[in-house]
Amino acid sequence: MTQIIYKNIHLENSHTLAVYLANGGYTALEKALGMTDLEVIEEVKISNIRGRGGAGFPAGEKWGSMPKDQRSNRVVCNADEGEPGTCKDRVILTQDPHMLIEGMVICGYAARAHQGYIYIRGEFYREAERLQAAIDEAYAAGYLGDNVLGKGFCFHLAVHRGAGAYVCGERSALIESLEGKKGQPRLKPPRPGIVGLYGEPTVVNNVETLAAVPGIITHGGAWYFNLGVPNSSGTKLFSVSGHVNKPGNYEVELGVPLKVLLEEYAGGVRGGWDNLKGVIPGGSSVPILPKEVCETVTMDYDALKKAGTNLGSGAVIVLDRSVCIVRAMARLCHFYRHESCGRCSPCREGSSWVTQIVDRLENGQGRPGDVDLLMDLANEAGPLGLTICALGEGVVNPVRGAIKAFREEFEYHVTHGRCMVA
Amino acid sequence: MSALQNSLQFSEATVRQAEMIFKRYPAERRESALLPVLHLAQREFGGWLSQEALDYVAAFMGMPPLRVYEVATFYTMYNLKPVGKHHVRVCTNISCWLCGSDAIVQTLQDKLHLKMGETSADGRFTLDHVECLGACVNAPIVHIGDDYYENLTPDKVSEIIDQLP
Repeated sequence: MTQIIYKNIHLENSHTLAVYLANGGYTALEKALGMTDLEVIEEVKISNIRGRGGAGFPAGEKWGSMPKDQRSNRVVCNADEGEPGTCKDRVILTQDPHMLIEGMVICGYAARAHQGYIYIRGEFYREAERLQAAIDEAYAAGYLGDNVLGKGFCFHLAVHRGAGAYVCGERSALIESLEGKKGQPRLKPPRPGIVGLYGEPTVVNNVETLAAVPGIITHGGAWYFNLGVPNSSGTKLFSVSGHVNKPGNYEVELGVPLKVLLEEYAGGVRGGWDNLKGVIPGGSSVPILPKEVCETVTMDYDALKKAGTNLGSGAVIVLDRSVCIVRAMARLCHFYRHESCGRCSPCREGSSWVTQIVDRLENGQGRPGDVDLLMDLANEAGPLGLTICALGEGVVNPVRGAIKAFREEFEYHVTHGRCMVA
Repeated sequence: MSALQNSLQFSEATVRQAEMIFKRYPAERRESALLPVLHLAQREFGGWLSQEALDYVAAFMGMPPLRVYEVATFYTMYNLKPVGKHHVRVCTNISCWLCGSDAIVQTLQDKLHLKMGETSADGRFTLDHVECLGACVNAPIVHIGDDYYENLTPDKVSEIIDQLP
């Protein structure tokens, strides 16, 4: 098993400061505070780490673009994990919270910020408790506070629990929510790096991105850059769920073949490799890959894009041949319809229309032309590119991908009023 | 003072908790504490937020009631109707569904004699389905109170229900 960044998560009491310190914890912070903020940013740029929440934006660029003359820059950690299939941040929050805290303090130093918030999803009550306990430990030991490690750098950190809204995982909606409002995305520009929390410049990074920072500082940006494959540097935690024998969160270098991830890490597909139907490789909002593509595709940004899908959040959802693809899509459509915040009409109305059509296919009441209608909705009338955030695309992308890969199953639902699989 | 009004008052301990929460945000940004304070209110006022509870929170926060209503109605974790002592929420999203959440739903409906969204007459249970809880590699999952119950089977979930206080 690869265990490079997340080498501590399997240790007993890995969430405590004592275990973290015994394994080299907070030495990266000490090193970073001995560097200039620009030097820290440079290392992160060299590492070429891309945002692990799903968008894949280079973190170093984000940090580097923060204004240098402001006194109220802020750092926000996006721990609003909720893209169906994704549960990697939860492992870090519960098993290695100090690595996240250390990453945030370093980020704060580089971004000239003195206040950080961790926005954690509301359902993660126990996870928030554990995180708070780690923050309390870090304050007591001088890793947080007015004078971090006695080096004159002030950084405060607080946990903020959400209350059950998927859309708050979108960075500007998250900021609205943190300000005590409805979590509806803001129009961009300006991006949060310019006008963020309380109108001040704000870096928003995913848990997994920030947790990788101590390793990057300790070993150097070049070390991280050389892990993985070009344009997809480093390691990634993949949440493998669904029809595999050993579902779990696995750290691998980017560029690993999907087949290796499933067969060697996740215990193999239930019923054997030939029982595989398809894999959703990056969380529920990305198109599914049929088995023939899964044979050869590698898990990196470029290869998955070339295959017509996306690395997303790294949630690998495995479907075996017993699954009705129409029913699976109906399940996802209901989710996106429920979670649409209602602000943009293409998403609000589009998610309802798509759901209604997929539902009637599933219920045996599909009409001739429905499959084309779905494709039209997805391609033209659908929310693609017409909305403030990507949630609208989240409903049309998987449906379009599923029809492309399994069109005959959708057509069968129309002509026979039932499923050919289950 | 009526019992109802009595119940709509934060205890001293909750006021202290709220004051700790306010400290996380800049003094002029007290409104940031609205979500956490609504969580406190729901916990203190019997697991749900009545109109009176929302008005109390608005007064406590020094905010217009409308701002509190729009937030309370936006987020799914705030219950705007009474819920049972045990709020049982079953994830039925894709990973849980692939791993057998249909059987978990069936077991809970049969055992509790409730349909989704219903509360038992004795006020002991509310049964709901929820969207992804973010623990997909341990599917299927049920969320009861503050806790996740993971890697469930119909037998296991039945046992968990039996053991609730």
